Amino acid sequence: MEASMKKELYIDMLRLRRFEENVRDLFAAGELPGFVHLYIGEEAVAVGACSAIHSDDYITSTHRGHGHVLAKGAQPDKMFAELFAKSTGYNKAKGGSMHLAAPQLGILGANGIVGGGIPLATGAAMTAKLTNSGRVALCFFGDGASAQGTFHESVNIAASYNLPCVYICENNLYAGGVKQNFDGEYVNEGMDYPRKLKDVADRAAAYGIPGVIVNGNDVEAVHDAVKAATDRARAGEGPTLIECKTYKWRTHFEGEPDSYRPPEEVARWKELCPVHCFGQKLAQENVLSEQDLLDIDQQVNKEMQDAIAFARNSPDPTDAQALEDVYA
Amino acid sequence: MSKMSISKAIVAAQREEMLRDEKVYIMGLDVGPYGGAFGCTKGLWKEFGSERVMDMPIAEAGYTGIGVGSAATGMRPIVELQYSDWITIASDQLVNQAANMRYTFGGTLSVPMVLRAPVGGGISAASQHSHMFESWFAFVPGLKVVMPSCASDAKGLLKSAIRDNNPVIFFEHKAIYDMVEEVPDDADYTVPLGKAKVVREGSDVTIVTYSKMVHDSLAAAKILEAEGIHVEVVDLRTIKPMDTDTILQSVRKTNRLACVQETWLTCSVASEVSAFVAEHAFDDLDCPICRIGALDVPAPFAPNMEAYVLPDVDQIVTAIRGMMQ
Repeated sequence: MEASMKKELYIDMLRLRRFEENVRDLFAAGELPGFVHLYIGEEAVAVGACSAIHSDDYITSTHRGHGHVLAKGAQPDKMFAELFAKSTGYNKAKGGSMHLAAPQLGILGANGIVGGGIPLATGAAMTAKLTNSGRVALCFFGDGASAQGTFHESVNIAASYNLPCVYICENNLYAGGVKQNFDGEYVNEGMDYPRKLKDVADRAAAYGIPGVIVNGNDVEAVHDAVKAATDRARAGEGPTLIECKTYKWRTHFEGEPDSYRPPEEVARWKELCPVHCFGQKLAQENVLSEQDLLDIDQQVNKEMQDAIAFARNSPDPTDAQALEDVYA
Repeated sequence: MSKMSISKAIVAAQREEMLRDEKVYIMGLDVGPYGGAFGCTKGLWKEFGSERVMDMPIAEAGYTGIGVGSAATGMRPIVELQYSDWITIASDQLVNQAANMRYTFGGTLSVPMVLRAPVGGGISAASQHSHMFESWFAFVPGLKVVMPSCASDAKGLLKSAIRDNNPVIFFEHKAIYDMVEEVPDDADYTVPLGKAKVVREGSDVTIVTYSKMVHDSLAAAKILEAEGIHVEVVDLRTIKPMDTDTILQSVRKTNRLACVQETWLTCSVASEVSAFVAEHAFDDLDCPICRIGALDVPAPFAPNMEAYVLPDVDQIVTAIRGMMQ
């Protein structure tokens, strides 16, 4: 991978991290209505994956969607505006955190229904195939969603019709507060898990498609796996299931007490921070100097502060706008 | 004009729209070489091929959602379910995804898809192949619901539904698929969504009905005519958006309203029509509104029991005689 690309990946991951840290603080301060699910800790997945596709390709996202949306090219100012429920937001304040969408950027929405976006991405891939557009769809979902019927139905159809869809499972070990499987090191004695399989990627065999396991905290590894899968999809060879092993640092939603995760588990994953570790790696490779890292941090912080200011200064939607856009 | 059945009219509508717009395609179980569970895609696979008439696995949520995602990215899919009862399996994709997408995304996309599904009882198909759920979907902002009663409307309404830029649920009644009528051949022939039709004029009572019950209502009207009771029959054709103007106009003329439908009455289309008329034309009414529909039980298997719980011509006649006393 070229040095300029590595630098870009690092900057993008830091943008996701700083975006979410600001959301965390703004939410805690009571400035954002509704509720939010933060992507902190999983940045390498969204950035690695979206850096492997084109601007006119499609993605579908999840309730933990800020990272995917930002990585696919959305602007933080219009994203913050949506979170602040301002009329300048991507969804004109009708969606909020769980529905952030920008179809003009190929972003077919975060989604409040776990597994709800999986058929939608598959449908976008169907469009790509029927129109020979050469586009692909990336479908982000969690290990929890892999238990939904929509996962099985969609992957089965995509495999059968060789649809250009890449299914990216972000395995962060938990669905809500329920641990889905042991992660190899932190086994709770006597505990039953709601998934028999350790690796979601094993399910690919059931559909006759490749299943790949990637270190979801390694942005280059995610990029390479998604690039290979999209090359395959664009060549008409069908879908791939990629399981990215990662971890959400925060709880399921903001404001929830962290009563269900061993503190040593959280601490261990924090040591594997995808952003910090990659920054250190690039410093060792002389791609970035310590000064570069500081400059990037400053530049990203400024971008976020400007975006927040834009959102704060934007007008609220009018009551009457609640009646617009129900029908086309 | 050509004489054709409702199922043939549905084939013709899809064929004409597929010729007109290459974005239109069909997905479902047995829609390919088989020609559809009720023959509503007959010949289309042979003419258009597997890319535009796609057989799917038995995965209603999966392929309905693929239809939604495909519509949201520029295609115009027609999704066929073999029986409308199974729409429960696909409902998340219709109610939480398709219906909300445009609104929740701030108007930045539209979802131009049609979901076609056969409804209705009378064939001893029991409780998973007979029910009618139009009121569930008419309840949801963002969806349209269409229910034709005859071949010419089936063709014209389906063509409008395919051209519409919103998700449209198109419910076809199984028991009248073979009903034959003269149907316009003109490729530009359409029937607008959201317009009811006065299928029989009368001065004494208005029946507001739709789908198969239009025919039962007309049969009842004929019997009542011999007794000097002149019944006006309004075929809603589109459940949502509902043509309330035509309903009000008719009720203001006849001063009596009977709502006739095949399915359960609780929280139903009949409930909605009754409430609307009570709100907007209460002073025009000469007697209480009457609602006629199925008894509040699942569809039973035994033919005599099913006939007992479903409304019929006699029941409509008796109810309207009562309104005239």
